[in-house]
This record gives sequence, structure tokens and C-alpha cells, in this order.
Amino acid sequence: MLSPALGVYLLLALLPIVNLLAMSLHAIKWDQGVSHWTFNGLAHYASMYGDPLLRAGAVNTSIFALLSVAAEMTIGLMLALFVSRVGRGRVLYRTVFLLPVLIPGIVIGAIWKLMYNPDFGVINQLLGAAGITGIDWLGDGKLALISVIVVDIWHWTPFVFLLLLAAIESLPEDLHEAATIDGAGGWQEFRFVTFPMLLPALAVTMAFRLIVSFKVFDEVYLLTGGGPGTATEVVSFTIYRRFFTEDRMGYGSAISMTVLFLLTLIIVVGLSSMRRRAAQR
Amino acid sequence: MKPSKAPVVAMHAILAVSAVIVILPIVWIALAAFKTQIALLRGDVFFTPYYGNFDELLLSKSADYLMHFGNSLLVASVSTLIVLAIATLAAYSMARLRWPAWVPASILMLSLVFHMIPPITLVGPWYVIFRTLGWDNTSTTLILTHVALNLPIGIAVMSVFVRDVPIELEEAARIDGCTPWQVLLRIVVPLVKPGLAATGILVFIFSWNEFAVALNLTARGTATVPVAIAKFAQEYEIKNGVMAAAAILSVIPAVLLLLFAQRHIVRGLTAGSGK
Repeated sequence: MLSPALGVYLLLALLPIVNLLAMSLHAIKWDQGVSHWTFNGLAHYASMYGDPLLRAGAVNTSIFALLSVAAEMTIGLMLALFVSRVGRGRVLYRTVFLLPVLIPGIVIGAIWKLMYNPDFGVINQLLGAAGITGIDWLGDGKLALISVIVVDIWHWTPFVFLLLLAAIESLPEDLHEAATIDGAGGWQEFRFVTFPMLLPALAVTMAFRLIVSFKVFDEVYLLTGGGPGTATEVVSFTIYRRFFTEDRMGYGSAISMTVLFLLTLIIVVGLSSMRRRAAQR
Repeated sequence: MKPSKAPVVAMHAILAVSAVIVILPIVWIALAAFKTQIALLRGDVFFTPYYGNFDELLLSKSADYLMHFGNSLLVASVSTLIVLAIATLAAYSMARLRWPAWVPASILMLSLVFHMIPPITLVGPWYVIFRTLGWDNTSTTLILTHVALNLPIGIAVMSVFVRDVPIELEEAARIDGCTPWQVLLRIVVPLVKPGLAATGILVFIFSWNEFAVALNLTARGTATVPVAIAKFAQEYEIKNGVMAAAAILSVIPAVLLLLFAQRHIVRGLTAGSGK
């Protein structure tokens, strides 16, 4: 009964990764639907070092991951705490906050591309009403990455909110009662009771979001295409560009392989350290 | 003891503002879909609804949005059914059959890794493999890749539900002479229906939304809705109203599922990343 799942993993994930490794060691040319491979060793890996696009992608992805996840965790935790405290309206808030999680990333890109539009976007219209002149949110190299990060925060904060709300709701209710009886105010209760109890859930959610934010592709594809210049270039986009747009399959594979290796390493090490800590408790 | 009123009011205020920030962009694009290009460019707040964008999207001679919609429905539903079958089998097998501990451990580890890596890293080899097989640009290929992408979340969510089935029921059935297959089909599957619903809805939405793989593994005739929307945005002269109409139509399945199956979605999302 396990074999279909094993089959899928072997044929559609592990085999392609072996193939990816092989491709990364070759120069590949297509001729009438047939690929011709020439072995060239580690040359692709060596040329990654001096690739300005990849460097920009790596830097931007790191900034993107850190800033967006920091904001998502902070806002998500705040909203989850509030919803768990207000009593009424819980179902309504949860329904509304689920929406961004379920909408296609490409549609989110389309929505925000229209909203950011310098000529008729709603954001500049609102600013205009307040007397602030139009800003080219996606066209200005200094602002573009921040603008993309804002979209990601809109997209994923609700997901963080949901996970943290579930974690808060699973905390024993008598803790809240005990804290109240002991005279703890809202902030004290959060600081000394709720927050410490939530730490494991916070750590898991944050680690998960940090790694998954390396997936970002759809929104960047639609909003900026990596530009202006390399202002919003992210690693997933560099892989796509090198492999498909420029048809440098061997080199694109080397980048993919490196990203896969590093992320897998982080996941495996992170997971086993988390397990060890859980076992010690 | 009840908390004092003022903080609760402040919390409600902040939550309400956040809810508006979440909803406003969606409302705005929905309105944009019913505006003429001129009304859109002028930023009219009040306008007479205009259906030309939908006409152009659905009924004009070059319109192929309905075909893309059909492609998306086909890929999402078939891949969801396959994931449900494979994930249920795997979850049951790992929870109940006597595997050496490392087998389920490594399956779960593989699932976690595949769930978290960027799909674009696998699109390259998929492209080469399927092109070599001559299966490039087919819906079958996209279905297979979506099965691979969504199987990890399927196994994770189904495992949570299968583990909750009371083992006494299964033991009783086995004493009555049921084979493991009969136990699975007659006892376990009926009891994990909520899990199947949660998994199925999530996987369907993820497949429906998926873009990076569909972009590179489909051609004009097999392209899915996200690919079609991206094409709108890239044309030299962007038809913003038509793009808005396409975007709004594409979120209908998600909104319907949200309205009628919210509980399942929440359970699936929290079960899927609870470890």
C-alpha cells in the first residue's frame, strides 16, 4: 500500500534530481526534440560564483525572506492573539483572513500590479487625495523589492495567523484563568504565559515560512519580472531565466542543484535538532 | 473576571482594519472587471457596470479562456483524485502496518523536503524527461507533476486523520476475518471522510493555483488559468479590464470552497503544517 507513494517519489522526484545532477555536469543542446549532452565537469558550478544575476537573486531572496517573514510573524501573532481574545466575530475574521491563502499567486500579482499602477492604481489615487504625488512603486529600483515584500506580507500573513490561532486555541484555558486570578494584565499574561507556551509553534511556523519563501516566483513573474534591473531578482526566477528563457539547461541545473542541496541540508539539520530538543523536554 | 472594555474595542478596531486591508484589493479588482478601460484609467469610484471585459474574455473570436478553465478543472480534479488515493494508502500503511521505523520516517522526511523546496528546481528535469518521452505539453504530464507536488501535503494531512481512527474498530474487523484491504475500505475510509474532504479541497486549490510548473510544461492548448492570466499581463498593451475579469473568474472555485467548506480548509491547513 506504500508502493504507489514510493513510486511517485522515486519516479517524479528522486529520478529527476539524479537527472538534474547529471544535467548540471553537461552542456545541453536540443536538436529536433533530441538533446545532445557534452560533459564539462564542474564548469557550471564554477561559473555560478561570478554570476551577477545569481548574486542579486541570492541577496534579494535573503532580504525578501527575512523582512517578509519577520512582518508576517509579528502581524500574524498579533491578529491571532486579538481574535482569540475578542470572543465575537471569530468565524467572520477567520473566513476573511483565509481568502489570500486560497487565491492563485498569479492573481495576487495581477491585483497588486493594477493597484500599484502609477497612473490609475488605487494606492496612488488614495495618496493623491492626501496630496502626495504619485510614486512608481514597481518601477523605482529602490522601492520595487519593498513593494514585492508588501504583496507577500498580504499573501501569507493570514496563513501565519491561522496556524498561530490554532496553536493558541490548543493552549489550556485554565492557564488564562490562573493568570487572571493572579492579577496579570493582558501584556503580562502574554509575556509570561502565552508567549513562552507558544514558542515551539512560533519556531516551527517561522522556520517553515523562511524556507518556503524561497519558492517565491509567481508574484515576481507578474509584478516585475525581476526588474527594474536586478532590483527584484529572486533565486527561483534566476533558475527559470537561465534554464528556460536563455536555454542554458546545464547551468540552470547547477543553480537548481545548489539550491536543492542547501535547502535540504537546512531542513534536515533543522528538523533533527528540533526533534532532539523535543525529546529532551 | 472579564477584561475591561477599552482594549477589546481597540482589538476589534485593529482586526476590522486588517480585514478591510485583506478584502479591499479583491473588491477593487472585482470592480475593475466591470469598468471600461477609460473608467479604469480615470479611477472612477462610481460607474455604470460594463460587461465588455467578460464578453471579450469569454465570447470574442480569439477567446480561449473557457478552454483554459476546462484545462485547469481537468488537471486539478484528476490530480486531486490520484493524490487522495495514494495518500490514503500511504497514510494507512504507515500508521497500521508493521514497517521498520526508518521506512515511515524516511517517507515523512522526503515528504517534508519535497513540500518545502521551490518547485522550479524540479521543473527543469521534468521538462527534459517528459520532452524526451514525447509527453511534453500534455495535460497528463501536468497532472503527474501536480501529483508529485501535492502528495507530501496529502500524506501529511491524511496521516493525522488516519491516526485518529480508533484501532479497536480495526482490530474487531480483523478478528471478524477482514483482510487489511477490507479494513481499509470498509472501516477506515468511511471514518476519515472529513480528512478526505480537507485533503481534497486543499490539493484541488493548490493545483488550481499552481503556476511555475504549468508555465513551463504546457503549450497554448493545454495551458491552465494562471498561465492564461500571466499572458494577459505580458501583452504589449495590457487590457487591464480583461485581465481583471479573468482574475475574478479564476478565484470562483476557491471562494465557493471557502464559503461551503471553511472548516475542512482550516483543519487541512493546520494539520498539514503541524509537524
